[in-house]
Amino acid sequence: MNFTLKIWRQKDSASKGELTTYYTSDITSDMSFLEVLDKLNQELIKRGDDPVAFDHDCREGICGSCGMYINGRSHGPQRGGASCQLHMRSFKDGETIVVEPFRAKGFPIIKDLVVDRSAFDRIMQAGGFVSVDTGGTPDANAIPIPKKIADVAMNAASCIGCGACVAACKNSSAMLFVAAKVSQLALLPQGQTERKERVIAMLAQMDKEGFGSCTNTYSCEAECPKEISVTHIARMNREYLKAVLS
Amino acid sequence: MKLDAQIPEGPIEKKWDLHKFNLKLVNPANKRKYHIIVVGTGLAGASAAASLAELGYKVTAISYHESPRRAHSIAAQGGINAPKNYPNDGDSIYRLFYDTVKGGDYRAREANVYRLAQVSNSIIDQCVAQGVPFARDYGGLLDNRSFGGAQVSRTFYARGQTGQQLLLGAYSALSRQIGLGAVKFYGRRDVLDIIVADGQARGVVTRNMVTGLLETYTGDAVILATGGYGNAYYLSTNAKQSNASAIWRAHKKGAYFANACFTQIHPTCIPVSSDHQSKLTLMSESLRNDGRIWVPKKQGDARDPRQIPEDERDYYLERLYPSFGNLVPRDVASRRAKEACDRGRGVGPTKLAVYLDFADTIKRNGRDWIVQKYDNLFDMYQRITDENAFEKPMRIFPAVHYTMGGLWVDYNLMSTIPGLFVLGEANFSDHGANRLGASALMQGLADGYFIIPYTIGDYLARTKFTPMKEDHPAVVDTLSAVDNTIQKLVAVQGNQSVDQLHRKLGRIMWEFVGMSRNAAGLKKGQGEIRKLREEFWKDVKLPGTALEFNQELEKAWRVADFMELAELMATDALHREESCGGHFREEHQTDENEAKRNDKKFSYVAAWEFKGVGTPPKLHKEPLKFEYVTPSQRSYK
Ligand SMILES: Cc1cc2nc3c(=O)[nH]c(=O)nc-3n(C[C@H](O)[C@H](O)[C@H](O)COP(=O)(O)OP(=O)(O)OC[C@H]3O[C@@H](n4cnc5c(N)ncnc54)[C@H](O)[C@@H]3O)c2cc1C
Ligand code: FES
Repeated sequence: MNFTLKIWRQKDSASKGELTTYYTSDITSDMSFLEVLDKLNQELIKRGDDPVAFDHDCREGICGSCGMYINGRSHGPQRGGASCQLHMRSFKDGETIVVEPFRAKGFPIIKDLVVDRSAFDRIMQAGGFVSVDTGGTPDANAIPIPKKIADVAMNAASCIGCGACVAACKNSSAMLFVAAKVSQLALLPQGQTERKERVIAMLAQMDKEGFGSCTNTYSCEAECPKEISVTHIARMNREYLKAVLS
Repeated sequence: MKLDAQIPEGPIEKKWDLHKFNLKLVNPANKRKYHIIVVGTGLAGASAAASLAELGYKVTAISYHESPRRAHSIAAQGGINAPKNYPNDGDSIYRLFYDTVKGGDYRAREANVYRLAQVSNSIIDQCVAQGVPFARDYGGLLDNRSFGGAQVSRTFYARGQTGQQLLLGAYSALSRQIGLGAVKFYGRRDVLDIIVADGQARGVVTRNMVTGLLETYTGDAVILATGGYGNAYYLSTNAKQSNASAIWRAHKKGAYFANACFTQIHPTCIPVSSDHQSKLTLMSESLRNDGRIWVPKKQGDARDPRQIPEDERDYYLERLYPSFGNLVPRDVASRRAKEACDRGRGVGPTKLAVYLDFADTIKRNGRDWIVQKYDNLFDMYQRITDENAFEKPMRIFPAVHYTMGGLWVDYNLMSTIPGLFVLGEANFSDHGANRLGASALMQGLADGYFIIPYTIGDYLARTKFTPMKEDHPAVVDTLSAVDNTIQKLVAVQGNQSVDQLHRKLGRIMWEFVGMSRNAAGLKKGQGEIRKLREEFWKDVKLPGTALEFNQELEKAWRVADFMELAELMATDALHREESCGGHFREEHQTDENEAKRNDKKFSYVAAWEFKGVGTPPKLHKEPLKFEYVTPSQRSYK
């Protein structure tokens, strides 16, 4: 297979970036999209050019490093997977593929496709935890949790923090990311004590980081590699209302 | 220096309690005066940093990841062990201890393993309290499954994402401490060397990966929780960035490296498909609970597996090991798969694969049952291979997965450099020559939550510290040595990319220091590694400069270190004239091709002292005593 790649190149956060065109050939359908970038980079290095910078690590869709905006969609054309899980069989031979970083005010560009997502960490630091110290906790089976509830909590907890939801949203809202954590802990008995403070603090931090608000377009859910449901946003909204009203 | 493992006196079940009682304590008000530097924020590092900060210590945590949540630990799928005995199937601390010592083929320290089994129950309690959503049964209680090497169900799991959920738990505890100001976290910082002043570990030199600037961080003790070194083989199931640099640099500064050759080759990975392959993907071993492994009886049988009748299939693990069947330990399962392929019975396009078949389970329990239990694994398999494992058996092949070797540590998790502690996969401590499934997560969290918080206090309380300043000669010298090496790397301007050279190293390692080894091959491997190392320093090509975001430079530093570590792995494998666990020497096998240990000569930990690049390292032996579990030929029949 052969492809034309248009890739966002930007030297550093202060520079202006632009789309640069590259041609790749000898691609097989079982290669992953990141392996195509690897191959391109090998060629660029050979020619003495600067390789394309991109974040990646696990290459199996769980670490959340590899956020890329491919052909106008977070993580590209396939549903329910991260960029590293995208294989070339998802594209047509000869296609032009446009690759850009996840764009949002809350995610400043570091270089090329690499963005700074530490805003997500700061939202977590504001309240994305249960305040228990190590040691002195009760037996794990002391609190039974109905399987149904545990399963929904697990759905929410499977968020990989990649930022696809933010990049997909026209308002650059981080609601799905925040809701996934708020919802997980609101569903579980362990999260009850700090339920109100948590939702207020996390949302306040989200605003402070410059993420937009939610206008229910649901593109976050459509692009989430873990297919996290927007019902968690609804749950968070209820949590928030209850918290501020009481 | 004589190795002293500091193993406490007393009966095994009392050792840890007695030891804790004898440890010196730091008074609560004094804790904030001590500054601890934690390198690595995977399971081991994040749990340690959070727990130490909760106690009141001043903590700096450093990682090359942008966020702790991206550490390699996130990828662990299958589960974590604890002998809670919830299923009432006869489990106990003693049984977990016994299984782990035996599973490690009698090359681990009894006292450490016992302690690990002892604290593992608290890990589950801790994680549940943090809100980790482990799988539950319909009564709302925690569910368990079984893993290779065990005949009881003691593995706790969260779908196929156990590592993710445990790491997010530790990350949330760490985030809380960062929010409170008790931990300072520095992400996108690569630790390139350890600062040792007056014989004590006092800090690290880092490269800010965004700006390229070198920085130093100093404190009273340093913890390395930097993970394993499986990427020495280039292709492995480890995350792409996992590397050995922090522990290797510490080794060069005086920390002994133990059992470097003990590598685990995992039996259930997706086979290599082409030369472009950048990494290998694990299919959790938990699949062996419900999948049956087989190859065609006939050599070169290329029929669709579904067309091969029952009596023309060889379910070789069930045949050879009737009592453990498909659940034999990893080393055994991997070797038998390789053997089947070596005998021409491999399957798939490359003939380097065996089948893992779920047809019987689907018939028995239905497809939904499988979806509930393993859904994302079947998904993952389909995404990569474009095949549906509900309809056609999976193809699997062994791949490098985990390194049991690592920096030598005593019972307190301290290396041979005073003040340098090593946790998680980075140390050598608990798994002997073969790690059982679901026990790395257990060990990482045991080290971080429940061991280091006690043992580091004892060191701090007993030690006199002189203040460390930026202009201390140890700081200045280490910084300039790092800078020189970087300049040297950038100046080579050769013709080969880092990846090209790394792939070459991987091929040498897989061929000569891989799943089965022999003296002639190991010697040849050593020579080739040396040659390749020279080639690296003459011919590596780096784009850009050191003072910018430069991923090729990051890789080059790591690969340069792998080139040195690789030689130690071969040296260690060559010296160990026996087979044990994951270390299989072809010269030493039983008539039934099982690993044949030599307890008389090799019942020790091999701890190597660095003597210079290209100079043979010096061997120190820590004898292993077995007072509880009597070493015997491991039998899974
Ligand atoms: C695919 C896969 C599945 C697995 N499944 C299981 C399982 O089901 N059960 C089980 O028990 N085990 C499993 N394991 C093994 C287990 O996941 C690992 O052994 C364990 O997570 C290692 O944890 P760690 O904290 O020691 O290191 P890691 O999680 O690797 O963390 C290392 C940390 O150190 C940092 N670091 C490293 N070097 C430097 C440096 N020089 N400078 C700055 N920072 C640095 C990294 O940024 C990271 O934060 C699995 C492993 C793999 C590969
Ligand atoms: S590289 Fe980890 S999610 Fe893609």
